[in-house]
Amino acid sequence: MVSETISLPKPRGAFASFWNSFSENRGAVIGFYVVLAIVFIAVFAPILAPYNPLEQFKGATRLPPFWIHGADSKYWLGTDAVGRDMTSRLMYGARISLFIGLSVMLVSMVLGVILGLASAFYGGIVDVIIIRVMDLIMAIPSLVLEILIIAVTGPSLLNTVIAITIVYLPRYVRLLRASAIAELSKDYVTAAKVSGVGKLRLMLVTVLPNCTAPLIVQAALGISDAILEASGLGFLGLGAQPPTPEWGAMLADTRDLMQSHPWVMALPGLCILITVMAINLMGDGLRDALDPRLRKS
Amino acid sequence: MKTLKLFGAVLLLGTILGSTAEAKSLVYCSEGSPENFTPAKNTTGTSLDAARPVYNQLVQFTPGTTQVEPGLAEKYEVSADGLTITFHLRKGVKFHSGVNGFTPTREFNADDVLFSFNRQWKDDHPFHKVSGGAFDYFNDMGMPDLLASIEAPDPMTVVMKLKTPNAPILANLSMDFATIQSAEYADFLMKKGTPEQFDQIPVGTGAFSFVDYQKDAVIRFKANPDYWGGKQKIDDLIYAITPDATARYAKMKAGECQIMNVPNPADLEAMGKDDTINLMSQAGLNIGYMAMNAQKPPFDKVEVRKAIAMAIDRDAILKEVYQGAGQKAKNPIPPTMWSYNNDVKDIPYDPAKAAEMLKAAGITSLDTDLWWMPVQRPYNPNAKRMGEMVQADLEKVGIHAKLVSYEWGEYRKRAQAGEHQMAFLGWTGDNGDPDNFLAVLLGCNKEGKPNGNNIPKWCNTKFQEDISKAAASADPAERTKLYMDAQVIVADEVPWLNIAHSTVFEPVSKKVTGYKVSPLGSHVFVGVDVAE
Amino acid sequence: MIKFLFKRLLLTVPTFVALMFITFLMIRLVPGDPIEVRRGERGISPERLEILRHEMGLDQPIWKQFGDYVWGIFHGDLGTSVISKTPVLHEFLTLFPATIELSFFAMLIAAGLGIPAGVFAASKRGSVYDQSLMGIALTGYSMPIFWWGLILVLFMSNTLHLTPVSGRTDLIKYFYPAVTGFATIDSLISGQKGAFADVLRHLILPSIVLGTVPMAVIARMTRSAMLEVLEEDYVRTARAKGLSAWRVIGVHALRNALIPVITSIGLQVGTLLAGAVLTENIFSWPGVGHWLTESIARRDYPALQGGILLIASIVIMVNVLVDLTYAAINPRIRYGK
Repeated sequence: MVSETISLPKPRGAFASFWNSFSENRGAVIGFYVVLAIVFIAVFAPILAPYNPLEQFKGATRLPPFWIHGADSKYWLGTDAVGRDMTSRLMYGARISLFIGLSVMLVSMVLGVILGLASAFYGGIVDVIIIRVMDLIMAIPSLVLEILIIAVTGPSLLNTVIAITIVYLPRYVRLLRASAIAELSKDYVTAAKVSGVGKLRLMLVTVLPNCTAPLIVQAALGISDAILEASGLGFLGLGAQPPTPEWGAMLADTRDLMQSHPWVMALPGLCILITVMAINLMGDGLRDALDPRLRKS
Repeated sequence: MKTLKLFGAVLLLGTILGSTAEAKSLVYCSEGSPENFTPAKNTTGTSLDAARPVYNQLVQFTPGTTQVEPGLAEKYEVSADGLTITFHLRKGVKFHSGVNGFTPTREFNADDVLFSFNRQWKDDHPFHKVSGGAFDYFNDMGMPDLLASIEAPDPMTVVMKLKTPNAPILANLSMDFATIQSAEYADFLMKKGTPEQFDQIPVGTGAFSFVDYQKDAVIRFKANPDYWGGKQKIDDLIYAITPDATARYAKMKAGECQIMNVPNPADLEAMGKDDTINLMSQAGLNIGYMAMNAQKPPFDKVEVRKAIAMAIDRDAILKEVYQGAGQKAKNPIPPTMWSYNNDVKDIPYDPAKAAEMLKAAGITSLDTDLWWMPVQRPYNPNAKRMGEMVQADLEKVGIHAKLVSYEWGEYRKRAQAGEHQMAFLGWTGDNGDPDNFLAVLLGCNKEGKPNGNNIPKWCNTKFQEDISKAAASADPAERTKLYMDAQVIVADEVPWLNIAHSTVFEPVSKKVTGYKVSPLGSHVFVGVDVAE
Repeated sequence: MIKFLFKRLLLTVPTFVALMFITFLMIRLVPGDPIEVRRGERGISPERLEILRHEMGLDQPIWKQFGDYVWGIFHGDLGTSVISKTPVLHEFLTLFPATIELSFFAMLIAAGLGIPAGVFAASKRGSVYDQSLMGIALTGYSMPIFWWGLILVLFMSNTLHLTPVSGRTDLIKYFYPAVTGFATIDSLISGQKGAFADVLRHLILPSIVLGTVPMAVIARMTRSAMLEVLEEDYVRTARAKGLSAWRVIGVHALRNALIPVITSIGLQVGTLLAGAVLTENIFSWPGVGHWLTESIARRDYPALQGGILLIASIVIMVNVLVDLTYAAINPRIRYGK
């Protein structure tokens, strides 16, 4: 490790400067730690959760959380309509939400990068087709398109991811295309072209690294948006299927208890809100740190 | 708001409407928009409810019961051989005037009756194809096979001839599909060139006439001053379309509606305690069940089916899914139906014995599927929750059930084709006859193939003999005996697990008087009053 | 400019054609058909299913159905709903005003609160006010709106009885014909006392719910645009000249900062319509979002095809308008790419 630090001082310096400006933003740091905590809970849910999230405790249904009268100290966030421990379900729910957020982000980013670069480099008919298809996706209200895709493929967690990925694709494609076109007109690219660098190499090695800053910011925000979108679908009963403890689906399942047992509905919503907010805070910090133009102002 | 106001724009609607603070209004929070206003074309309770205030049938159900009483036919006679029914029509019945610019020139007569039935029956009737020729109930009730002729020897008499005697025919004719519509209104629209309005803007003889409909928002009716049963005490009848059950209850509490449909089972407890709400109930004519596909091993073995039935804690399901709005079922027909066999022994909840029986049948671990319906039905308010509970129960006896669901139409089709291993489904009766449950849901054809609605895909010769004999018999005592016997066979064979007969609950404001809950799940507002 | 407009409009043609084809195809890929869905647990015999399918034209080959559909569109006919048997265009037009009205008021709330909040936060950069306003904006931006809606209904309507639960008007007190379909306008035309206020009362909660996310976006965007503008030389000059802070921010900076904000409002039309699906679901709002989700559930092919086509056309047209505005402001776009 030591020799590496010495032999490669430059990347460390870049990271240090990034971290410096990132940690200037108090909100971003808080967000970062909350995200870290959620990731921790998600990863270690089997150890942390007091019960199996699918186990139903007969006679212990619809118990309130500890601060409300009538709670049972065995289930400190209460139980749901069929007597499953809320604490455990919410913890496992973090896994599912993060899984959705990350997989949507990864897949749509990779596809978006490929399509965006292809569109910028090849231009002409390739560009026109890609951009028209993206326009098409954006013209249909996102939720309606997702519902339609899921209606065709059948409701499941995987299909939720596919549907949201398709809907989010245009953001990455447009971003990459715009950045790449901007980069292409710069001198270093011309220089590389003149010196005979291959197209693929030019695309992936010369241009792409210079588009990463906006991409990282978009990716961070993409995770939180995907989590929100998935919970919306879960709420309409089209996301994760029972008995999976997905937050949106947990909310939808207990909508009939809204008036009689409001807390059953309040908790999953709060989890979604906190997770999404933490990621957004972090994303804001990332943007400020990575975008030098904004950093100065 | 003291003065009666008229609006110019209303003339566009072709009616003159008034709105005063003094007018007595009844608001019913309904669950959805109707497909159209012709009952013969509809099958959903939502659509039938929306047209009901406007119309009458020749004979009708006494509100709150399944008893048949005279309607537009003052009296009727059935011939000794059961093949001819003569209806004597009520005189002086007027169709609504002023709706959609139509003013009737004559009173109700046999032409209207012939029009209403022929439209559904005859392919070449000028209105048969108008807005699609789907007359589902007419076909479902077997009318095309049953009817020989319908004739009018004079304007006030209708004679219906049948091909075979049929005891439940009068109950069937009380159903909504047998509604009488105006032949003159149909002619009027045909001349105007807008025949499709016939199913959109209804004109009938009922207690209320149609005023306005705004999709997904509201349907308005007003009292028919010339109603043959006497003018109603309420002036305006309003359907506030509110798809979400929680919102319906909230509106009820806020006084925005006086009667609501389909409450959340979870809210019943609070409704019962509410001083302003009268929580009315009526045992529903339905069954919710879990079918086990008898054509797929190991469910072909009676012991396995029985063991599974024993492993499921139905008391917990009644508590958490129905939340008290139902009773545990031991027979496929509800206890309010005649011939219900109360001597049948219910299957106890005994997971230990169930595991033992499964072991004896050579099953220690089994992977299977369990289908849950994607919709809320009267007999099953939350199939998803039920599925999760049954899944957990089965897990304890070594059966790993995967929860499966399809979109509703697809679900029905696949279950009918027998693709499932275990599946939830249910049935709501149309007319109070046991045949409508036992033959439809568990019957098989002559070749021993299960009927489409036979979801357990279970055929039993003795059972089949009993119900066929009962259907052909005209002797109520004999029929009762045969049906009771059939229920014993079902209890021994366990083709499905009887889960529950749900109770129909309807929260009604304490200000409302004269309202009766129908066992058939319909909503009737004749004779209802609201106190100020 | 004309040439640019023409080119831009021409580019939308293939999008429209693809849109027609894709909505048509996707809806037919959804398992189950409208007849079977309608029949529920009662089922249908194969013979009758055939008859009804034939009547609806569902037994025709797909390419023929598509041909008929396209032919219809070019004759201004979007087909007839298989459920209600009324023309799709008619159904859309009766429901769409409710959605527009809701979206309009949501945007009004979003801009009315978001812009001042953003300006104020920027002018007090780094202060407690700035931080708390941006904290609120971030919360709004991260809000699952269906949950937010339910919570608001629970507190505002059920517990505090401040707002009506759902629907657009008080059905007992007021009745006026839907002349325009916009309840606000219809209530005014009717001249009934209190009717307009009643409509507004019904609009409050759904508009807040639908407006929350755009409000957060606008507040954040206004703030950063303001900060950027405040750094510019002319603002500094104005300040140096001793103009009052209010005059500098209100007149000079705001005007320039608003340009990107306003275009972003235009671009949010699609987002609003997606949000409307959930909002209408919660508030039993008789709009197109609710109608579309129901049409999917009922496999109402014509309604869904027509509805998506109409909404997508609106979104595309708004995007074209935004592009044109941009081009009008910034000539470089016109001659560039």
